[in-house]
Amino acid sequence: MKTYLPARFRVRRDDERCIRCRVCERQCGFDVHHYDEEDDSLYCDDEKCVACHRCVVFCPTGALTVEKNPLSYRENYSWRPEAIEDLMKQAETGGILLTGMGNDKPYPIYWDKLLLNASQVTNPSIDPLREPMELRTYLGRKPDRIDLAAGNIGRWTRRAPQVAIETPIMFSAISYGAISLNVQESLARAATEYGTFFNTGEGGLHKSLYKYSDNAIVQVASGRFGVHQEYLDAARVVEIKIGQGAKPGIGGHLPGEKVSAEVAATRMIPRGTDALSPAPHHDIYSIEDLSQLIYALKEATNYTKPISVKIAAVHNSAAIASGIVRAGADIVAIDGIRGATGAAPKIIRDNVGIPIELAIAAVDSRLRAEGIRNQASLVAAGGVRNSADVIKAIALGADAVYIGSAALIAMGCHVCQACYTGRCSWGIATTDDYLMKRINPNIASRRLTNLLRGWSLEIKEMLGGMGINALESLRGNRHHLRGVGLSDTELEILGVRMAGS
Amino acid sequence: MKRIVAREEYCIGCRLCEVHCVVQHSRTKNIIKAFKKERVRPTARIHVEESGPESFSLQCRHCDEPSCVYACLTGAMHKDELTGAVVHDPERCIGCWTCLLFCPNGAIAKDAAHGKVVAKCDLCGGQGTPACVENCPNEALVLEEVP
Repeated sequence: MKTYLPARFRVRRDDERCIRCRVCERQCGFDVHHYDEEDDSLYCDDEKCVACHRCVVFCPTGALTVEKNPLSYRENYSWRPEAIEDLMKQAETGGILLTGMGNDKPYPIYWDKLLLNASQVTNPSIDPLREPMELRTYLGRKPDRIDLAAGNIGRWTRRAPQVAIETPIMFSAISYGAISLNVQESLARAATEYGTFFNTGEGGLHKSLYKYSDNAIVQVASGRFGVHQEYLDAARVVEIKIGQGAKPGIGGHLPGEKVSAEVAATRMIPRGTDALSPAPHHDIYSIEDLSQLIYALKEATNYTKPISVKIAAVHNSAAIASGIVRAGADIVAIDGIRGATGAAPKIIRDNVGIPIELAIAAVDSRLRAEGIRNQASLVAAGGVRNSADVIKAIALGADAVYIGSAALIAMGCHVCQACYTGRCSWGIATTDDYLMKRINPNIASRRLTNLLRGWSLEIKEMLGGMGINALESLRGNRHHLRGVGLSDTELEILGVRMAGS
Repeated sequence: MKRIVAREEYCIGCRLCEVHCVVQHSRTKNIIKAFKKERVRPTARIHVEESGPESFSLQCRHCDEPSCVYACLTGAMHKDELTGAVVHDPERCIGCWTCLLFCPNGAIAKDAAHGKVVAKCDLCGGQGTPACVENCPNEALVLEEVP
């Protein structure tokens, strides 16, 4: 069928600068560039370009740039180009439109409407270069009270397992299969070096990564891929994945083409078969069932590891989180609407869920009101872009955050949203032998460690500015936030006051 | 001595090493001029070998027992006693290509730019990091002390 879709981007080549080295041709995962020997020229198939910028960055003479196709439609606020083009694509394929990465629609980003406080005159700020600044965070259930019985003063009555992270930033669940082994190894190495956690996602833990298991959170998702005793024993935290911010309500889908021999062995499924996670866990149809799985995992790990439950941020997150805590979870991770994915139906990614800022504030408020906030740590995920977002999430009530997209961007991702094709030119969201070599774990783990270090230093600076020397003093401390451009209802849900008040 | 080591597991076959080798051995050292303006373009002293996803770049190994040096009829190819590098003196080269035949790695090429002489890796004169190593985007080429 002839496609009616116009090219979205145009590759512009400055012929004055192009030296015909053909690096662009070799680097493009989407076969955009072609060398023609007869003309000694490079030609471009613009319609294949996804604007990942691999060729632009690798061109040794800076001869390339990618621009939006300036093609104009008759202006129509309702029938915008994206709506028209999605419809065309659907008319041509008859399927669900897939996409990658997180929600790209202009829903309000509340991080940008929250401002941080700083000390001036009446209370001193702290200089993190000269004074100690504590970012270490302990995740896990905290006791309800201190046992003050004679001879036992100041000691916990009974302490649930705790895990320490040196910075409140962990790497989100990204499964092996969705990303290459090199990428997961890079995440694992950076987490190990910096003293934080990476998350295996639902694809199991490859045998070569068991040496990093002291810094691993392992997931048990509805597909139960790669779950076995050794996997649970290796981890520091076991996470039950109920939902994901990019696609609340549906399960994961790894196409068979990406299920290589190694992926198959790690997931414990036949090679080349689609790895489809069911939408629900087939043994969880109520909060009581969730409790059974939590305690089954606690039994399996001999009560030595915190059990985390990850849900997507949806309308009733606060009540759901309360149920999860009461069901026995030690950590509740909440993934907002901007959380990313390797592949999701576009219609779901763009329309289902709620922003993480509202969800984390609502959950923290609810758990506090119920007097059970101490029973679980809260982890915010989905749309954290910089250290200010981290610190705002913590002030809204999170204990720590997960970063996924930010970590991938640190490794080279240019957020072109073509992860679902498996042709990632940056070698990240692919299991292709040729493409995945582009991530050298030595380089990528260095970039990730730099990211963690940079953000941690910035967090210390911001904390010091507020006159706080330990991150835990900021947790849920919404007095350090003020809102701008928000309605009364938004301010009320966020639990912050208007700037100036 | 320090040698260039290729790590095939990280080589992505982009061939930027070849491009930057040409620039380094050009007259102007300006990438655009070297490729578009200079009358003779130098031959790359490094070559990427590729088969499917496997690739690595190959240049002179600066062998301890250099066949090319033993084979050279005029002594143009010789081992620098100070640096240990196998270097080539174009003044003495007669273009017999015997070295080319004897090199076990296929790391010597005819120098298109200078007629009869051969082109081979000179470790960029031994001054600092060679251009191929410096410009490898994936650290698939590293300069290491290899005994």
